[in-house]
Amino acid sequence: MKLRTKFGAFGGIYIPEMMVAAMEDVEKAFIRCRKDRNFNNKLSGLLRDYAGRPSPLYLAENFSRDIGCKVYFKREDLLHTGAHKINNTLGQVMLAKQMGKKEIIAETGAGQHGVATAVVCALFGLSLKVFMGAKDIERQKPNVYRMQLCGAEVVPVTAGSQTLKDAVNAALRYFLGRVDTCYYVLGSVVGPHPYPMMVQHFQKVIGNEARRQILAREGRLPTHVIACVGGGSNAIGIFDAFLRDKVRLIGVEAGGNGKKHGKTLSQGEVGIFQGSKSYVLQNKDGQIEEAHSISAGLDYPGVGPVHSFLKESKRAMYTSATDKEALHAFHYLSRKEGIFPALESSHAIAFVLRNRKMFSSNDILLISLSGRGDKDINQVLSFGK
Amino acid sequence: MRFGSNFVMPFLVLGDPNYSTSLKLLRIAAESGANALELGFAFSDPIADGPIIQAANYRALSSGITTEKSFMLLKELRKHSDIPISIMVSMNMVFRYGIAKFYNKCKTLGIDAVLCPDCPLEEIGELLAESKKNKIYQVFMVAPSTSSKRLAEISKHASGYIYLVTVRGTTGIRKSISKEVAGLIKKTKSSINLPVYVGFGISSRQHVKQVIEMGADGAICGSAIVKMIKAKNPPLEKVRKFIKSLSLD
Repeated sequence: MKLRTKFGAFGGIYIPEMMVAAMEDVEKAFIRCRKDRNFNNKLSGLLRDYAGRPSPLYLAENFSRDIGCKVYFKREDLLHTGAHKINNTLGQVMLAKQMGKKEIIAETGAGQHGVATAVVCALFGLSLKVFMGAKDIERQKPNVYRMQLCGAEVVPVTAGSQTLKDAVNAALRYFLGRVDTCYYVLGSVVGPHPYPMMVQHFQKVIGNEARRQILAREGRLPTHVIACVGGGSNAIGIFDAFLRDKVRLIGVEAGGNGKKHGKTLSQGEVGIFQGSKSYVLQNKDGQIEEAHSISAGLDYPGVGPVHSFLKESKRAMYTSATDKEALHAFHYLSRKEGIFPALESSHAIAFVLRNRKMFSSNDILLISLSGRGDKDINQVLSFGK
Repeated sequence: MRFGSNFVMPFLVLGDPNYSTSLKLLRIAAESGANALELGFAFSDPIADGPIIQAANYRALSSGITTEKSFMLLKELRKHSDIPISIMVSMNMVFRYGIAKFYNKCKTLGIDAVLCPDCPLEEIGELLAESKKNKIYQVFMVAPSTSSKRLAEISKHASGYIYLVTVRGTTGIRKSISKEVAGLIKKTKSSINLPVYVGFGISSRQHVKQVIEMGADGAICGSAIVKMIKAKNPPLEKVRKFIKSLSLD
């Protein structure tokens, strides 16, 4: 490998020999594309005209009044397909196209990454298979239809917990058999090098924009940047621009239902899972445990190595919000601001609601509203008020 | 050298379908003409395995197998057999057990070789140091996509034997051996001075014969055997016969 594969002690490339050459090819293409002016111009054009960037920075005044300080939302929920995922899929699918790959595969949990890959594959005329846990197919029906509308094949994964982790396994296994012709669009900052670095690269547009926007509005940086963390792509996307600033970075994981959860960083231990070294939910033998979250996108027992590094180096702080708190936050924001946050993003909002006392009136909070909650309406309804 | 030529190497998952039956199967495998055994530690998320071996991992884990119990099985097996044993284990299980402790335990139990399928050359450092210290062979995989430059690098570190994967995809049963295998064996042998065993897709005596005729030093057969162990009471005699049928003489 040409680039640094690790984030401190985390990351790396823990994959079978059969896959190494393919990762070297992806890295090579990534190195070439990220400095290629034509590639970058085309990507920025699509991010602007197709995805809808820059996404707005919105001062939520009603919410701010309740919290007692200014709260801004970075509105990734307003992008095409309804979440930040499209920043990454545009970049990676363009890369795959440049590499001459004909078949694209992806995994998906909530279906947001699947849909974001499906629309871009439709745009570029590439065939796509999306691996999705059978349980997630059940709870995210509308997204399944969206992918199919774009011509993608949704492959149900019935192994294991039938959620995101098993979808990633299935995609990796499929890829193993087609390393020469197939490109795997990974949806988060997880997996083997170069994925964590590459997905961060394509997502850092969130923070870069937000930093400019808030400086223009407030003339100063936010005091806190808050995002939900599953694999961690929206979180690192918004954190990236503030890493060198005196700004508190807070990641909010899935606190789950009291028994099961997705608190990989706050309660997991270091391990090697799906290609990289990072915090993992596992037992003492290193068997991977099933995560749980009300939001399919946070239902994952691993996390991006960059977050393990930010935790260890104490640059970011990681905490959690429960299913119940997230659900409450969903209702709260709908009521207060007329915005339906994705259940994933609701975790970040729930954290702020729960901790309103920790903020002073002079603080400025920047929350990554990573996705919209339309996909979650049925699920939220099923829980009642 | 405990790994030689014309080797037939059955693969089983330790603890599949449960502790006591697994021990019976291990003894059968060791006493049915196999030259060495490759034994897997059951892992929850084996990314290089197809459905048959995934199911074996799952059976073993649901029967309550642990890392410690897998070592106990190896200890029991060693009381009855001196056959060369190679361990196939996911990196996370070694990491969690403690890399030094894991290799030391292998040494105590008389394990000959260790292969971590999800630990390529790039990450092998710590394993290599411990394997040397404990005089355990560190087995490397070689794939169709492994470049000559990489083969040269692998040859500096590998010991015991080379696990040559000649197919694209996960472990599993396949109908035939492709013609390009001969070339892959030749390429590997010209760079690395170790026995080369072909694994993934070796499903019959015919396949074993073919790859050895193509110049391989041996063959590893997993899914075709593991497939017979579906139930709590697998057909032990059938397994014995099948393993016997794989042997060349």
